[in-house]
Amino acid sequence: MSVTTTPNGYKLDTGGQRVVIDPVTRIEGHMRCEVNVDSNNVITNAVSTGTMWRGLEVILKGRDPRDAWAFVERICGVCTGCHALTSVRAVEDALDIKIPTNAFLIREMMAKTLQVHDHVVHFYHLHALDWVNPVNALKADPKATSKLQQLTGPKHPNSSPGYFRDVQTRIRKFIESGQLGPFKNGYWDNPAYKLTPEADLMAVTHYLEALDLQKEFVKVHTVFGGKNPHPNYLVGGVPCAINMDGDMSAGAPLNMERLNFVKARIDEMKAFNDNVYIPDVLAIASFYKKQLWGGGLGAKSVMDYGAYPTVNYDKSTDQLPGGVILDDNWDNVMEVDPRDPTHVQEFVNHSWYKYPDESKGLHPWDGITEPNYDVSSAKGTRTNIEELDENAKYSWIKAPRWKGHAVEVGPLSRYTLAYAQGVEYVQEQVHKSVAAFNALAGTDLGAKPILQSTTGRTLARALESQYCSDMLVDDWNALIANIKAGDTATANMEKWDPSTWPKECKGVGVTAAPRGGLGHWIRIKDGKIENYQCVVPTTWNGSPRDPAGNIGAFEACLIGTPVERAEEPVEILRNLHSFDPCLACSTHVMSEEGEEIVSAKVR
Amino acid sequence: MNKKVLVLGIGNILWADEGFGVRTLEALQSHYEFPDNVTLLDGGTQGVYLVQDVRDADILIVFDAIDYGLEPGMMKIITNEDVPKFMGAKKVSLHQTGFQEVLALADMMGDYPEQIILIGVQPEYIEDFGGSLRPVVKAQIQPAIDEALKFMDANSIQYNKRDAPIVPSDVSEDAILTMDKYEQGRPSEEEACRMGDDRILTSEAFQVTTPELAKVGDSPMQVEVDHHLEKYR
Repeated sequence: MSVTTTPNGYKLDTGGQRVVIDPVTRIEGHMRCEVNVDSNNVITNAVSTGTMWRGLEVILKGRDPRDAWAFVERICGVCTGCHALTSVRAVEDALDIKIPTNAFLIREMMAKTLQVHDHVVHFYHLHALDWVNPVNALKADPKATSKLQQLTGPKHPNSSPGYFRDVQTRIRKFIESGQLGPFKNGYWDNPAYKLTPEADLMAVTHYLEALDLQKEFVKVHTVFGGKNPHPNYLVGGVPCAINMDGDMSAGAPLNMERLNFVKARIDEMKAFNDNVYIPDVLAIASFYKKQLWGGGLGAKSVMDYGAYPTVNYDKSTDQLPGGVILDDNWDNVMEVDPRDPTHVQEFVNHSWYKYPDESKGLHPWDGITEPNYDVSSAKGTRTNIEELDENAKYSWIKAPRWKGHAVEVGPLSRYTLAYAQGVEYVQEQVHKSVAAFNALAGTDLGAKPILQSTTGRTLARALESQYCSDMLVDDWNALIANIKAGDTATANMEKWDPSTWPKECKGVGVTAAPRGGLGHWIRIKDGKIENYQCVVPTTWNGSPRDPAGNIGAFEACLIGTPVERAEEPVEILRNLHSFDPCLACSTHVMSEEGEEIVSAKVR
Repeated sequence: MNKKVLVLGIGNILWADEGFGVRTLEALQSHYEFPDNVTLLDGGTQGVYLVQDVRDADILIVFDAIDYGLEPGMMKIITNEDVPKFMGAKKVSLHQTGFQEVLALADMMGDYPEQIILIGVQPEYIEDFGGSLRPVVKAQIQPAIDEALKFMDANSIQYNKRDAPIVPSDVSEDAILTMDKYEQGRPSEEEACRMGDDRILTSEAFQVTTPELAKVGDSPMQVEVDHHLEKYR
């Protein structure tokens, strides 16, 4: 065992019990987590490992840059579209293509729809079961549940005792038949669950409502992008021509009827965010008022590239302005420049990749993706690793750093930056939420202790979903106004032909992806992709240690978190899920027994 | 009133025998046409997003590769209330939401199909990226279709054999995911990794071995899917 302090201020103690969770479930992709737990069941060391290699950078070499979006979009089917958007931005940046206003607004609407869809699905279908106990919901009194609903979300129409009784009956049927379905493999008798039966029933009910509604939200993508998941994108604009009086034939899928359909979906998103999602997060958070841990790097150092300008190509109009905050100093917001070779760099000395000199980081334009899998110092065998060695290489995730600093990305980072930079809408949302939390919990806490926690990460995501649904209304109005003014252009094809391109060029595209700041860097030579690097949000958050020994956001959020039962790591999952980890998507295999391959091992 | 019928093929065509459900569905569509109340759906790896389609169906027919622990290539048919317990999943991500969950959610949302038939085949090999169905599994495409048609006959579900099967070139010149083009366009093992990542295969359920590649000439990977359906021509 050893005790060390990292340069970014975390005390790591490798003594005590080692707990291994592999894979971490209800995330996108493959992830493993190992922690050390002391005699008081408090986490003193954490090792986060991405256990799959994406390799898309290799696939893209030598291809037509106009096709890159279609490949990178397949990195993930959940945050669908955000890689495509980032890719077309990078290519347009390299070739100096400016897109028309309609294309800008339509892309904005697709990006914000994705935020709402992704955040809602994450909270209800991937994260809620860390807070909500469906088995406990069977003990609820439907009348009291109805009262709770009317207290927390009075505008939501589904609030009668009969409605909750009906849902409860259906859940009971399941649980009593021994088929827990989606609620299988939970630790349902663990005291880490704090909700009352009524709050559990309300949340499970909304789990089902959200599942029904999410399929409506994504129809915005089908209107503008032709399909979902993986809607279509286009270098130079959007692939949906406008003919307001048309009948959608002759290749113009966008008319007034379709735009009204989009508006109806936006109104649904807004109503669900205002009346269900935000009230649920606040109600659930108030039951966990004593568990405000897990802030980690989010309580110190955060980063985002900035997003949602009201005027395209004018970063000063970003409605969620970017920047970097270090060491919790909200008075000093620094600039992040994705072009500056000293700002964003990726390190690999603890990652299964090879650099000529691994003491140094590489800017993505000069990035290298060469695998180098080595577990010779881990305990166990090559195919059955018992314990990784965090002093050696231990992850397929690289370690990106801003000027050498480890930072957290995601909705909480964006909200911290927006709040610190005085965005009024965000400040009002935060103040209202803090007041509601305090009223429900009977506490008197300020914004920081609530936001800088696992709960706060989850709350910031909900607030961002709400903000996006409001911005969607503005975008929709702007699109209608622009079309009414006579502009129906949706693409700028002046530089479509590679003969118009420079012999060599490079570009960068950045996006506020659901899980945090996303960047793609491209080099084009002789009309082909020479180098392509994606630095995705989970690369930042899930990064292993860097040469200086700084730990990343996943690891940092676990240090100091107490666990009720080491063999049932609800708290670890709750902290990690609050980031909505996305290690790219994979495939499925079925087994007769319906057993998950997840296992928590205590050593 | 015509009952709404959903015929669903699920699985991942990029993972060898895991593609059985989808390939069977493609073959069914290629050779048969159906009235409006019957929907054929390539469910791929959509997982939980299939709930809506399942909720809309009165009768559900599913093709899938299922690990029953039987001999590779054996077909097993499960119906109605027995289906969920055979459809557990090793869920690792949202996409991997087991079909059991999809059924559970449909039920909890108050819309469960009246009848379900699961036509499953035991996979032989899965961890072969870009590989096709193994011969024993591919040979079950036709019998699986026969079982589905038998079930349709018993339940008065209409279908007609097409005069001529739809061939991939009728659909799109660029339909690279159709089975024959997909198989013929496969890069060599030297060019593209075919093995699963051994770090994610730490479960004892997996045996990590190099996939056996068929010899050129008698390769099942060069057999066009329609050859299995010769008798319908």
